[in-house]
Amino acid sequence: MKPAPFAYAKARSVEDAIALLAQHGEGAKLLAGGQSLIATLNMRLSAPRILIDLNGIAGLNSITLKGGEVEIGAMTRHAEIERSDVIRKHAPLIAMAMPHIAHPAIRNRGTIGGSIAFADPAAELPACLLALGGLVEIAGPKGKRTVKADDYFKGLYETAIGACDMLTGIRLPAAPAASRYGFAELSRRHGDYAVAGLAASATFASGKLTKVRLAFFGVDLTPVRAKAAEMALAGGDLDKAVAALASDLDPPDDIQENGAVKKHLAGVLLRRVVQQLTETRA
Amino acid sequence: MSATGIGAAVRRKEDQRFITGKGHYTDDVSRPGQTFAYFVRSPHAHAKLHSIDVKAAAAMPGILAVLTGQDLAGDKIGNLICGWMIHSKDGSPMKMAPHPALAATKVCYVGDPVAVVIAETLAQAKDAAEKIAVDYEVLSAVTDPAKAKSAAQIHDVAPKNTIYEWHLGDSKATDAALAAAKHITRIDLTNNRLVPNAMEPRAALAEYDSGTDSLTLWNTSQNPHVARLVISAFVGMAPEHKLRVIAPDVGGGFGSKIFIYPEEVVCLWAARRVGRPVKWTSDRSEAFLADAHGRDHVTHAEMAFDGDGKITALKVKTIANLGGYMSTFSSSVPTYLYATLLSGQYAIPNIYCEVDAVYTNTVPVDAYRGAGRPEATFVVERLVEVGARELGLDPAELRKRNFIKSFPHQTPVIMAYDAGDYLASLKKAMELADVKGFGRRKRDAARHGKLRGLGYSTYIEACGIAPSQAVGSLGAGVGLWESAEVRVNPTGSVEVLTGCHQHGQGHETTFAQLVSERLGISIDQVSIVHGDTDKVQFGMGTYGSRSGAVGMSAIVKALDKVEAKAKKIAAHVMEAAEGDIEFRDGKFTVAGTDKSMAFGEVALAAYVGHKFPTQEIEPGLKEGAFYDPTNFTFPAGCHICEIEIDQETGETEVVSWTAVDDFGTLINPMIVEGQVHGGIAQGVGQAMIEQTVYDKDGQLLSGSYMDYAMPRAHNFPAFKVDTTETKCPSNPLGIKGCGEAGAIAAPAAVMNAITDALGTEKIEMPATSMAVWRALQTMNRNQVAAE
Repeated sequence: MKPAPFAYAKARSVEDAIALLAQHGEGAKLLAGGQSLIATLNMRLSAPRILIDLNGIAGLNSITLKGGEVEIGAMTRHAEIERSDVIRKHAPLIAMAMPHIAHPAIRNRGTIGGSIAFADPAAELPACLLALGGLVEIAGPKGKRTVKADDYFKGLYETAIGACDMLTGIRLPAAPAASRYGFAELSRRHGDYAVAGLAASATFASGKLTKVRLAFFGVDLTPVRAKAAEMALAGGDLDKAVAALASDLDPPDDIQENGAVKKHLAGVLLRRVVQQLTETRA
Repeated sequence: MSATGIGAAVRRKEDQRFITGKGHYTDDVSRPGQTFAYFVRSPHAHAKLHSIDVKAAAAMPGILAVLTGQDLAGDKIGNLICGWMIHSKDGSPMKMAPHPALAATKVCYVGDPVAVVIAETLAQAKDAAEKIAVDYEVLSAVTDPAKAKSAAQIHDVAPKNTIYEWHLGDSKATDAALAAAKHITRIDLTNNRLVPNAMEPRAALAEYDSGTDSLTLWNTSQNPHVARLVISAFVGMAPEHKLRVIAPDVGGGFGSKIFIYPEEVVCLWAARRVGRPVKWTSDRSEAFLADAHGRDHVTHAEMAFDGDGKITALKVKTIANLGGYMSTFSSSVPTYLYATLLSGQYAIPNIYCEVDAVYTNTVPVDAYRGAGRPEATFVVERLVEVGARELGLDPAELRKRNFIKSFPHQTPVIMAYDAGDYLASLKKAMELADVKGFGRRKRDAARHGKLRGLGYSTYIEACGIAPSQAVGSLGAGVGLWESAEVRVNPTGSVEVLTGCHQHGQGHETTFAQLVSERLGISIDQVSIVHGDTDKVQFGMGTYGSRSGAVGMSAIVKALDKVEAKAKKIAAHVMEAAEGDIEFRDGKFTVAGTDKSMAFGEVALAAYVGHKFPTQEIEPGLKEGAFYDPTNFTFPAGCHICEIEIDQETGETEVVSWTAVDDFGTLINPMIVEGQVHGGIAQGVGQAMIEQTVYDKDGQLLSGSYMDYAMPRAHNFPAFKVDTTETKCPSNPLGIKGCGEAGAIAAPAAVMNAITDALGTEKIEMPATSMAVWRALQTMNRNQVAAE
């Protein structure tokens, strides 16, 4: 065993998981696919007192189309999403992002709930959620609630999920006919976390973009909307949109790139993604 | 040629067990009563070690011992050594600082081991390690070799942190040639520090037998006999005959497993202290801090040209970072494995090289795939390329004008090249790479907003360091011959015992191919035995692409003896004169008759001893040989790389790679091609993404695969690989060695291509997309300023 000693409990249901969280408080961590958590445990960067394993809870790994929404259960593996026809047809942005998420071995195990709950600022799926204006389903001691993507991300690895809460699923608006999606990412190697990335959704009709949502990732402490750029795009001015990123984004330096470079790269990504959003379909 | 003989591209015999999980590595070995070691390592790069409180840890469950550097010193366990003596210009010997296996009074890099916990389980050892309190007094640290001389002194023996100030060549003549030059090309280069990252992390398992007072060490070693010699003679762990070292299957080394490390010494010592076997297996994070790193040179170099573009002189000044202590062969890498190759493939009349080796508060640096030769090639090939650009000459043309064309050729830096045809490999590579079509490809790329560049690397290297007398005169503490023993069984199957060690090279196949060729039996009838000091009497191990040229030559010598004796026996059995016996295709024939015996029949005759006078000819068929080469071998070739740069992002892609190498005789072309592929991958990794980052306090920021990027298959195009052949005249098979060539050639080819595309020389390795983008921005700014 590489990690420090910890206790283990297997939750039988969402309610059971919430009860265990309430019982153990801050010392507890939820275990989903374990692709980030287990690494930090093994490197002894974190030492929770107890792991609450969600892998035994039934009914959390479904992908369904319901009332104009695509619902994805928290424990759905990336690989299941990657192979899903529902996703391909009704949530194409998620399908576009999938190949960029790490490698097959990680996608076999990692879950969408884990990714959204962990909220790595350089990860793909949180940005897709934001670009699509999706909803996050959270269960807690006081019952269930739904949080809009725009209200969900609070800070570095901080979300609307409270200490005794659990993310149970996400809901995405099913893609309407005129909807368009774009996704681009720059990383050191394919599969690595992004140096900078952009997930976008919009409606494209009569040569005009409307309902533009741009979610950049890898450029701040959370995925971020570039709202001034969105407005400029809706006004049909790409150059203005790129220029607007100067006020929309304020990327901090990290080990790979400094903030100024990231801002430049965001502009390059925007041009590429707008190309995707507006290109004529075959 | 037999179907499985020399030149046959047979599949590797060993791969079946490796790819089906049946390999047997050090960590797979378990001994009764085995315990586990976990090392406590310094979190500080440079600190005094005041005290270590182990009481709380020792009281934890399952703990058998918590041992420190004070305990090690108390038991009079000797220090680790560097086995190659280098003298400074002023004649003084190198400043080798004491290197205890556990630090006792100070720590010199993050990762320096200060204590070890021995426990019933690894988890117990790790948990107890967290209870150890170490009182450090943190000192200021230095990681940059260029700043080492003015930094806080790390070792008492080494003022200004200087290990040696060495030089080679003729300073006066070189300066005179520079003064008379028509043109001088000057360049400043950093050869970036690399983390080796063999697939199998290092491991050691030590067992003490009190009945015979002897120790056994299973170890991830490229040279178990040298490990035994050093641990016995210098560390003083046990007499040589009371220490057995076994290096079973080893999953890659690239040099990092040549060295004698603290962990195996501590495991042996602890096994005797606790009276039970002790196992340590590095995890990947630990390996970043515990395995010797590679390269880390800072160099200024000048190349002088006359009016015809002929190189008249080369002057090089290098600072080499050897890290916190001198690792086993660290001193030789930036000296005799580096400066001696600075003539490249060129007739350069005057060369002078100065090398200052320094201590810094970083992981020790030692040989890594290529060891000194990639650094030399990088200096020479960057200079030649930049020189051509400055002179307005085609880089291939400049090379052609300066190639050495007659052999043997004595360079001004010790080496006497024995054979080669540099023009042939350049021409072939240029054809394969379609250099003529480059202009069109560059224009096509420009239409897509991409910058395309082409870079050459016409490298030379030296393998099979030898002869022993010569390397001894240069300071080596060992000889560099090799041994072999050929054991023929009564049924005619063969075991070959070799002092080489395989850890990815495919010796079990290629060595068997040599036997197959010579004895006319299939490779399935041949086993290669290596890696155990109880089986093989002595050997120097595998590194420096020496196993083909030196190790197989020893097998040839032993096979000669086997054949000679078998002929004698066959002559008796067939009642013919010994001189009439011919041996071909596995058959002994009496010349001019139809009388013959198969090899296996002669083997059986040798062991039954019924039909020859055993007072004259000893029964049995087993012969041994030691082989010491008369010279190094000199593989050389031409690599051509094309890259494309996305101007918006700096993303750089290798879009074409051509390698034409002259390795002399090829035993197995498929294995050679694989070695070339792997070498190129490592060289491209160094040039483009592998970035070792220390912060100003000496913390290794790139300490995991999240931060330290190794190349993957998608980073490469399909390689175009071919060979030319001039035989090496100094060994019986004409072999030169192929294990390191790719890593030696590649960095210069990449950087020559990138600088060609960019139009600036101001970019260092690794040329990450950010570095490339920055170089582009700097150029654009300068252009704007100029306008």
